[in-house]
Amino acid sequence: MRNITLSQAVNEALAEEMRRDETVFIIGEDVAEAGTPFKVLSGLVEEFGTDRVVDTPIAEPGFMGLAVGAAMTGTRPVVDLMFGDFIYLIMDQLCNQAAKTHYMSGGKLNVPLVVRTNLGATRRSAAQHSQSLHALVAHIPGLKVALPSSAYEAKGLMKTAIRDDNPVVIFEDKLMYNDKAPVPEEEYLIPFGQANVLREGSDITLIGTSSMVQVCQQAAELLASEGVSAEVIDPRTIVPLDEETLLKSAKKTSRVIVVDEGHQSFGITGEIASRINEKAFYHLDAPVLRMGAMDVPVPFSPALEDITVPTPEGVAASARKLMSGEMIHAA
Amino acid sequence: MSPAKKTSNTEDYLRMYRQMVRIRTFEDNANQLYLSAKMPGLTHMYSGEEAVAVGICEALEVTDKITSTHRGHGHCVAKGAAFKEMFCELLGKEEGYCRGKGGSMHIADQSNGNLGANAIVGGSMGIATGSAFTAKLLGRDDVTVCFFGDGATAQGLMYEVMNMAALWKLPVIYACENNGYSEYTATDEIAAGSIPARAEAFGIEAHSVNGQDVLAVNQLTQDLVARARKGEGPFFMELMTYRYHGHHVGDINREYYRRKDEERDWKDNKDPITLFGAYLTKEGIATKENLAEMQAAIEADAAAAVEYALAAKYPDTSEVDMHVFTDVKHALA
Repeated sequence: MRNITLSQAVNEALAEEMRRDETVFIIGEDVAEAGTPFKVLSGLVEEFGTDRVVDTPIAEPGFMGLAVGAAMTGTRPVVDLMFGDFIYLIMDQLCNQAAKTHYMSGGKLNVPLVVRTNLGATRRSAAQHSQSLHALVAHIPGLKVALPSSAYEAKGLMKTAIRDDNPVVIFEDKLMYNDKAPVPEEEYLIPFGQANVLREGSDITLIGTSSMVQVCQQAAELLASEGVSAEVIDPRTIVPLDEETLLKSAKKTSRVIVVDEGHQSFGITGEIASRINEKAFYHLDAPVLRMGAMDVPVPFSPALEDITVPTPEGVAASARKLMSGEMIHAA
Repeated sequence: MSPAKKTSNTEDYLRMYRQMVRIRTFEDNANQLYLSAKMPGLTHMYSGEEAVAVGICEALEVTDKITSTHRGHGHCVAKGAAFKEMFCELLGKEEGYCRGKGGSMHIADQSNGNLGANAIVGGSMGIATGSAFTAKLLGRDDVTVCFFGDGATAQGLMYEVMNMAALWKLPVIYACENNGYSEYTATDEIAAGSIPARAEAFGIEAHSVNGQDVLAVNQLTQDLVARARKGEGPFFMELMTYRYHGHHVGDINREYYRRKDEERDWKDNKDPITLFGAYLTKEGIATKENLAEMQAAIEADAAAAVEYALAAKYPDTSEVDMHVFTDVKHALA
């Protein structure tokens, strides 16, 4: 199978869906000739024209609101939000309008749109271009949230998102745009709400999202060399969440660490840990551990930034503590 | 009244009058339901502004779209909604337009092109502009009218979407209902400069019109809609009008921001229904008796709809987690 970058995978997904359905269009800042700062969309405007690859003024609430109205009336917009940090700017249109329209209208109006944006620190971009804010979105009923962890995942999840009749927010890991992975030539979709077990294990479960999937896989390698068998699971979408697969693994291994790049407090890790505690409590040999980004704004200095996000070594160290029973008596 | 072309417009004029009376009657009933504690929540009366909604919506086809506001009952009626489903919605009943999930501030009636009322001031400006974007992208000839109040001109979203609408020549008409008050504050205190000039800054043709004169509103809208269909949009209208009630139904003691004699002057001298009724009788289009009969029929219709809605059933509690997502019957199951 050929290897392509995550950027190319997203580009292919968009091109395929735009060929398939003429109501799909892309809208955002510098999406056309510029192809975005990350060059993910390069070439699309040549094929689809500026009517369907629409450069906007720098006005995130405006083009987000416009996309909501366009989606309500028969199109499938893909909103390009240049940095995940800008999600604060579109909150009213995303959370008060897009998320609630189907419900408030008693099921009469649909908002089939995709917001594609990104997450991830360690790019030396400081506090306003480095955040991982998917928990904010996942908190709001009516929005689906996908977190691709490779080029393969990014393509399959994007195609599913575009065909979904609900608002979907996809957060790509901006540090992975140039990472290559095997991606089939033939068409495929990845259904939402179906977690991917990347590595089977029997001693401990590492649940990782997005950028943290590879961190968990590397941690599993480290642990394997010490004789600890770690299972690695990527939920792929956090709304909907494949609880069944996560609980099955928790019951099997009896120890779980949840790793996510959002801030640790009030975040994805806490939510997943809670669900496992509530539904698999008697199968657990240790508390479910949360590992998120430090609860600090992302600092600029590399010396500081690097210590704010979970690392394979950190995850492996926490796993050892769980295996040794240390955490049980921590309180 | 503006000089009207009295040709074969009799039916149109009578329908406009009827629609204005329907709105006033709807609001009188809604007000009573609220004051008698039969209606939950909060609501905002459109009374006094009827010529705006009717003058505009009578210039639209059913395929044309509108977005509405928290003060939205008038837009909803004017775009073709029925009393029964509206009162059911106001009372949170299953047969409401939104199965009781939206209520007064969120009525949507997509069968008539009403994309919904919005409880965020200025919140639907993006939606209206996006609806016009769809028309352009898919080559449809429908036009979208975005209703909003003077208060919403303070929201940044308006400037962002007007900029895009002007750049891309979208078939949208921004209709600013200037009723002189931004919630509990005089508009003069919150809006610097001229309101139409805000649109003109983007190169959008803007008009200011007497919003109590249904024919003036209707003629202007007909002209702008026809031009918007030909790709000459967007347009901006400022409609000078007045709300008879407070900001919301419970806003009773409002002399700290609005004088009673001012309210009296608008009701006595600038009422859109009284003015148009006088015009119809003067021009021989209808007699006073005709109009009284029409009003009595509408009142009976409203009373029957209220009675129906009061007796109608609430949605089953199993509906609480329905319609969160289109493809999941029960989101919490």
